[in-house]
Amino acid sequence: MTEIPEHLLKRAQAAREKTAEDAAASSASSGPSDSRIPDHLLERSKAARTGGASAGGVAVAEKAAAVVAAPVGGSVPVGTGPGGHTQRLLTVVKAGSIQEVKAAPIDKVHTWPHLLGIEFVAALACTAFLFIFSWVVNAPLLQAANFNQTPNPSKAPWYFLGLQELLTMFHPMVAGVTLPGMGLIILVLTPFTDRNPSNKPEDRKFITSIMTVHLMFWAVLVIIGSFFRGPGFNFTFPWRDGIFFEL
Amino acid sequence: MAKTIDDQPTPTLKDRAAKIGTQVQGSQAWSSIFRPGSIFRKGYTDSPRNRSYVIMNSVLYHLHPVKVKRHAVKVSYTLCLGGLSFFLFILLTVTGIFLMFFYRPTTANAWQDIQTLQTSVTFGLLVRNMHRWGAHLMVLSTFLHMARVFYHGAYKAPREFNWVIGVVLLTLTLLLSFTGYLLPWDQLALWAVAVGTNMMGYTPIMGSQVRFVLLGGTEIGAETLLRWYVLHVLLLPFVIVIFMAIHFWRVRKDGGISGPL
Repeated sequence: MTEIPEHLLKRAQAAREKTAEDAAASSASSGPSDSRIPDHLLERSKAARTGGASAGGVAVAEKAAAVVAAPVGGSVPVGTGPGGHTQRLLTVVKAGSIQEVKAAPIDKVHTWPHLLGIEFVAALACTAFLFIFSWVVNAPLLQAANFNQTPNPSKAPWYFLGLQELLTMFHPMVAGVTLPGMGLIILVLTPFTDRNPSNKPEDRKFITSIMTVHLMFWAVLVIIGSFFRGPGFNFTFPWRDGIFFEL
Repeated sequence: MAKTIDDQPTPTLKDRAAKIGTQVQGSQAWSSIFRPGSIFRKGYTDSPRNRSYVIMNSVLYHLHPVKVKRHAVKVSYTLCLGGLSFFLFILLTVTGIFLMFFYRPTTANAWQDIQTLQTSVTFGLLVRNMHRWGAHLMVLSTFLHMARVFYHGAYKAPREFNWVIGVVLLTLTLLLSFTGYLLPWDQLALWAVAVGTNMMGYTPIMGSQVRFVLLGGTEIGAETLLRWYVLHVLLLPFVIVIFMAIHFWRVRKDGGISGPL
């Protein structure tokens, strides 16, 4: 059997002394007449205890009996088993013999109201913005489609104007298919090619600068295609010739 | 006997309203729709248990867990861009359904229907404006969401797969916007789409076939309009909803949103 650690023994000893003191104090003040346990039951348990002890109980039993013995005279009623025990010591588990699971507590908040509240406000603001903007600015509706009249310039939707801009520099297969296709594939493969595990900005200077250059490249192309291209898709200045752009 | 009846005061309008309110809120239908913890449920008190119920017993449970990391509710981190993209999709669905009541995808009617919608239908112009500007806004917010995710390194393990789904969603958003661009059937729509589809014709090997399938012919025409209408209102929304469901599901499976940095 495992040896009982010293600090536990010490603690038990201290507790025993304390209860003994308490019992002495209470018996001195109020006396045994205060006990709510009938006398004949008290006597029976005392007899059982002395019997068990004389019969040669294990060391633990004696200790337990000693613990129990103190409050009997006092005001605390304690039911004891036939051996005078109030509990049995099954085993003592040493600290550290069990695997300690230290799940670091994560700082969490309730989704309602903390997140849903924010989302609700954001949705309201978005709706309000869209509503007011739609109230003030009308969507374009030009003349009905006419196959015989090509507008000059004819432009793609704004998000494809970067591609249309490339079209002025490259063969249509390169500008319209190869480059955007490559861009998409590279974008999809980003998490598998960037094996840097850190997500701290200071550790990712190279890739963030690559991405920024890439995004700026498209943004500049879209802006040029939108505002700096006039009739014949020739370069113009919007402040000189006006804007040839419909959303 | 009449006196005892008269002892009961005649119920005021307020009392009756309160009684009806109690009956409605106590009904089975009400308690089936608004589960325990709902703010519309009778007797909501602000307790951790009820806060949990608000999420657990609602359809939102598929989107949000009961609790999220404290850092995840910081607006300065996400800028709400992903959520707003989703919200704009909902707005576009609602306004789009409204527009469908007044629109016929034929070359003879399409432009005239939009014209009539703008001039003769109550709120027609407003709803069409909202649909158009909302669509542009959704392209923008989806794009910015992608940039935000990139700069936070949020595509890294374990979120690689969700990034791939996100790129698919961005592409689908662009396609949804582009297919919708043709539907007003005005000069802007026709020639913008002509420019776009001419480029697709240069796809290597099967360029002309790709173009033929997309246009429903060799040139843009009535078949193109019908085809893009079906793509715009049915097929692409259907596909994007599936991918969105996977996207949101993966967010939770990967342990909530990324960060903090």
